Amino acid sequence: MIRTLPSSKTYKIGYTIFIALFYVFLFAPLIVTCVLAFNNSNFPTLPWKGFTLDWFFANNGQRVGVFEDSDLLSSMYISFETGFYVSVMSLIVGTMGAFLFVQEKFRFKGALYFLALAPLVIPGVILGISILLSSTIAGGFVDQHFGIDIPFLRPSFSLVVLGQFSFITTFVVLVVSAKLKKFDGTLEEAALNLGASRFDVIRLITLPYLKPALIGSFIVSFLMSFGNFNTTLFLVGSDTTLPIDLYSRIRDGSTPVLNAVSFLLIFGTSLLAVFNLIYNNVKNKE
Amino acid sequence: MSKIKWGFYIFLIPVLLWLFLLIVFPHIDLFVNSFRSQNNLGDSIWSLANYKAFFSDSVYWYTFVRTAVYSILVTFLTFIVTFPVAFYITKVVSVKFSGFLALLLLMPFWVGELVSVYGWMILLRESGIINFFLLKMGIIDTPLKMLYNDISMIIGLVYMSMLFMIVPIMSSLEGMDDSLIEAASDLGASKFTIIRKIVIPHAAPGIVSGSIVVFMLVLGDYLTPDLLGGKNALWFTEQIYNEFIASFNWNEGAAFGFLLLALSTSIIWLALKITNQSFEKAVS
Repeated sequence: MIRTLPSSKTYKIGYTIFIALFYVFLFAPLIVTCVLAFNNSNFPTLPWKGFTLDWFFANNGQRVGVFEDSDLLSSMYISFETGFYVSVMSLIVGTMGAFLFVQEKFRFKGALYFLALAPLVIPGVILGISILLSSTIAGGFVDQHFGIDIPFLRPSFSLVVLGQFSFITTFVVLVVSAKLKKFDGTLEEAALNLGASRFDVIRLITLPYLKPALIGSFIVSFLMSFGNFNTTLFLVGSDTTLPIDLYSRIRDGSTPVLNAVSFLLIFGTSLLAVFNLIYNNVKNKE
Repeated sequence: MSKIKWGFYIFLIPVLLWLFLLIVFPHIDLFVNSFRSQNNLGDSIWSLANYKAFFSDSVYWYTFVRTAVYSILVTFLTFIVTFPVAFYITKVVSVKFSGFLALLLLMPFWVGELVSVYGWMILLRESGIINFFLLKMGIIDTPLKMLYNDISMIIGLVYMSMLFMIVPIMSSLEGMDDSLIEAASDLGASKFTIIRKIVIPHAAPGIVSGSIVVFMLVLGDYLTPDLLGGKNALWFTEQIYNEFIASFNWNEGAAFGFLLLALSTSIIWLALKITNQSFEKAVS
């Protein structure tokens, strides 16, 4: 049943088959999507009609590849930009939150912590509509009373960044505080006793200790932002992010260009995963 | 002393801005606006009209209940599918492979919900891969309609939720001492008894936190029901989307949003009560 206990052969085989089926289930959609990105056919399905790179590089009347499609490239760029801003902001505010909740004592800390965790149980669609609603109200109010039009309070790039930031920060708070709780407080005390200021202690001792958690949460924040759909849908303006762009293309009828984009995403994130794995292995060996 | 206080506020203010400007105030706005509507003259007034509309139209009602029931079903199915896998990775497979197998689980999350949903569409549609092979092998004569029904929607929802269930279960199983299972087995307990009396109770905190996150994600998902469920999905988030984007009736949409939020909060609260867990513990 477990590593140290013997089990009957049928049980072992049955269990292994279940696990194998599970991994087939897990990877079937991804592998099929990748393979069909190279099929020389106008529809993303079988039969196999030969290998082609048209869906990446072609630009003739019938086929436009990913790298020649300026709309796709621009929505990809916007997603990168969004992901970058969201992860930087979430990392900074989330780490500040983690320090507050783990190391400080203040009134209403419990209530504030509860609020900080709340986005985990607020559906993404609700976050989207409530931020849309309140920013529109705020924008209308400013416009009416001061005659100033604030463009970023309308559905726009910055509103998308704020919307994603609002729940991704919670995730950073959780990851960083978990790491911070394991931190040996005597190190900080020693440094303080030796005359270091609070900020020096954080900069020279605590942050280097947190570095792996910070890098990890930056990567995951970026991916959460890059793939986000449900919140973004309500806040997006004319600068569409990649998931929103792909969604409208899928609804219009799919072409293998979508497979090519998916292939790039799957390939890119696999590289990132391998990089992360190697980085952690090196860290562990040190 | 005053120096430390100063530093404290530098940390506190951004966190307060985040929580109040982006979480608290928007939800107050949502709540307030759900009680506003326009009278015959087009002026905005206080009213219960939005909630009345919800309760008087059976389509809204039906969709709401259906979404809740299906979300619970998907959460349960996700548990059934992932629990043996979590046990396998933490307790059965040799330690050499467990890290790799766990890493593979992250793939669907890393590539994003949209790519996975698209993959399922390619597999399941009438001209899709599964039908292609079934036809090739002569098992069927005409393509099966596997996309745009409840089953394809459930498959997609389970698929995108698995990771969020399996990770917390794995972390509670990792903290469990193997010798408990060995002892029970030595004393003659059957596998079923061991799982029911020892493994499940130890994994309970992980199961509860996984279920909460999965339930919330499924209930509030728009993408998967819309693309895999098709016109028959009848998912409540679609009603919210329709009110906001298509009909431009934001007050009605706010009421729907608030009802969905109330539903998710009360079911999660109930689950925590029944299993005797605290919210802070369950999610962290």
